[in-house]
Amino acid sequence: MSDAKQIFIKDATLNAADGDQRAFIRKALGGYYVNRDLQKARYRDWERARDAASLAKWTAVNDLANQLEKFTANFERNGGIVHWARDSAEARAIILKIAADVNAKAIVKSKCMTSEEIHLNDALEKAGYGVVESDLGEFIQQLRGEPPYHFVFPCMHVKREAISELFTKHLGTAPTDSPEELTMIARRHLRQLYVDADIGITGANFLVAETGQISITENEGNARLTAALPRIHIALSGIEKVVNRLDDLAVLLPMLATAGAGQPMTCYNTLYAGPRKPGECDGPEQFHLVLLDNARTRLLADPEQRDALHCIRCGACLNVCPIFKNIGGLAYGTTYQGPIGSVITPHLRGLKQWNHLSSASSLCGACTDACPVRIDLHHHLLHNRRNAMKQSPSLFDRVFHAGFGFVMKRPALFALGGKVFLATLPLLKKLPLPYMSAWLKTRDLPVAPPKSFRDQWKDSAHG
Amino acid sequence: MADARSDILARIREALTVKAPKPHFKAEATAGQPVKVAKPWLPDGGETLDASLLILAEQLAKLKAVLIRVPDEAAAGQAVADLARAKAWKQVAYHGAPLVRPVAAALPCASWEADASFEKQKLEGCDASITSCESIVAQLGSILVSSASSGGRALSILPHVHVVVARVDQVVPDLATALAQLQAEHGAQMPSMLSFITGPSRTGDIERILVLGAHGPKELYLVLVG
Ligand code: SF4
Repeated sequence: MSDAKQIFIKDATLNAADGDQRAFIRKALGGYYVNRDLQKARYRDWERARDAASLAKWTAVNDLANQLEKFTANFERNGGIVHWARDSAEARAIILKIAADVNAKAIVKSKCMTSEEIHLNDALEKAGYGVVESDLGEFIQQLRGEPPYHFVFPCMHVKREAISELFTKHLGTAPTDSPEELTMIARRHLRQLYVDADIGITGANFLVAETGQISITENEGNARLTAALPRIHIALSGIEKVVNRLDDLAVLLPMLATAGAGQPMTCYNTLYAGPRKPGECDGPEQFHLVLLDNARTRLLADPEQRDALHCIRCGACLNVCPIFKNIGGLAYGTTYQGPIGSVITPHLRGLKQWNHLSSASSLCGACTDACPVRIDLHHHLLHNRRNAMKQSPSLFDRVFHAGFGFVMKRPALFALGGKVFLATLPLLKKLPLPYMSAWLKTRDLPVAPPKSFRDQWKDSAHG
Repeated sequence: MADARSDILARIREALTVKAPKPHFKAEATAGQPVKVAKPWLPDGGETLDASLLILAEQLAKLKAVLIRVPDEAAAGQAVADLARAKAWKQVAYHGAPLVRPVAAALPCASWEADASFEKQKLEGCDASITSCESIVAQLGSILVSSASSGGRALSILPHVHVVVARVDQVVPDLATALAQLQAEHGAQMPSMLSFITGPSRTGDIERILVLGAHGPKELYLVLVG
């Protein structure tokens, strides 16, 4: 069993048993469901709008090399500087070099999952830079020394009392149980940091090939401040974030907000074209963009699951996932949690170590239904299971499936097997069989009928 | 060793030699321009200006942004001056746009034009900012500001209150129209920052409870003239 799997099983089991926490998460998501449905109802045809959103991303991803070339040429024409990184180490080195070149001391960041993926904060801190996360949720998680719980709602699992305690400890503020007051504490604390920082680091939600702009979606205004006040702006983005045309955003921006957070539009959707231009009164002197591959091309090479690169990171699939709601985001042990994380992590980090996430699913398909760009999420979990089986089947899998196939092709053997199975059912619970014993640990066996279905059928009028 | 750029582009081209199946669409969307076909499926932005204005008012109310309709520029100055008195503003920074200057002149408190380069610290200490905008999207209640129309990047985000003064004819039905207008107007010379502002700054990070004024303005006013 892989290490990642062992840790996953331990954490997931613990969290699933914490009824209190589960109820808290369900309650926190309650308002989202209501708002999402209200906003969806404003769409004159949500399902067809999903087709259009999906097509916009399909078109870009399936022409990725050309679109990236077009995008970077336009980005440079706007005065920005493009860097390419094959993997995390290269991306970190590029950013460290920029920081050294411009003689930076303080760095302020707005939310950027790609930076979690490459463990950027660690690298910057080790090199001696002060790094502060400015998104409220990320700020709280940074103080807690914990990765984000949900890639859109990073601290949705933390109760206000705990946040108050955290602020008292780190910022010396008086305890309060008001979310509003807690938000204002962070607001007051962080404002000065934007003013003082030399570098602002942001992510990017879309790279617009046609215009060379990057689009950043956020609610708090921290990304806007991060890209306005420091003298250097660095954006870090996966190569798959491209869209071909500016007006693709007319579909994608509202749908991202509605699917992920139940909003008509996220509060700030900002497009950046280069650094401060002549005649503008503020803005950074330099605008760098780091384009990261980090195994995305591996996923791209799998045509069956290529659409996983259409993901716009709205978080809708997490919000509806029964597994996410029960085991929580941290148990995944991945940068991207929930269904999309379970699909892409095996591609990004290796199927052998991470295939267990393919089974962290009830295959209910709620994620696929929720996805605004129609990624076939739950089928991809099945594809990963199949691929893992092909790649390195365990002994049990091989024996079990060979045996299962053998019996299923022979009706007489199947009938006999059924009888034996029925007779020995009560015993099974006691035997340490793989899968079976884990399944039965938390479930009661149904009472077996005296006769099998085949026998009942034979005895009935039809037989 | 090849440089990272050519390496990555080569990996992408290699990966794309195997075609992915086209997405299974319920509608025959036209390749290349999904938004053209998607328009009738997205939220309504109104067919006429009056219809758009109704939708806009409704959207802004839901977003907790305040819409102030006034007949002319003098009334706009009056309305903002009343606001300044009611909220006891001491310092206001503004963008020197033709629509904004007379409004700023009518303010009962100190004000300064933030168009030339300025001290970040001074802007941080302001109670409010007044800017113009590029357009207003009725469909979503979004106000499009830019580094050109709003005096740079910080003015519309750093002060605690943001007041936008605009003419009624700047209201467009939907996001697609606003983006098309941008392209027609700026072409390849886009302002370095363009931002769709949809309500006052907000967060739900603590227990998913909505709080306004996370980092950006806590209050957003749209003064529509005409
Ligand atoms: S997979 Fe779909 S639903 Fe999940 S985060 Fe990505 S876009 Fe949203």
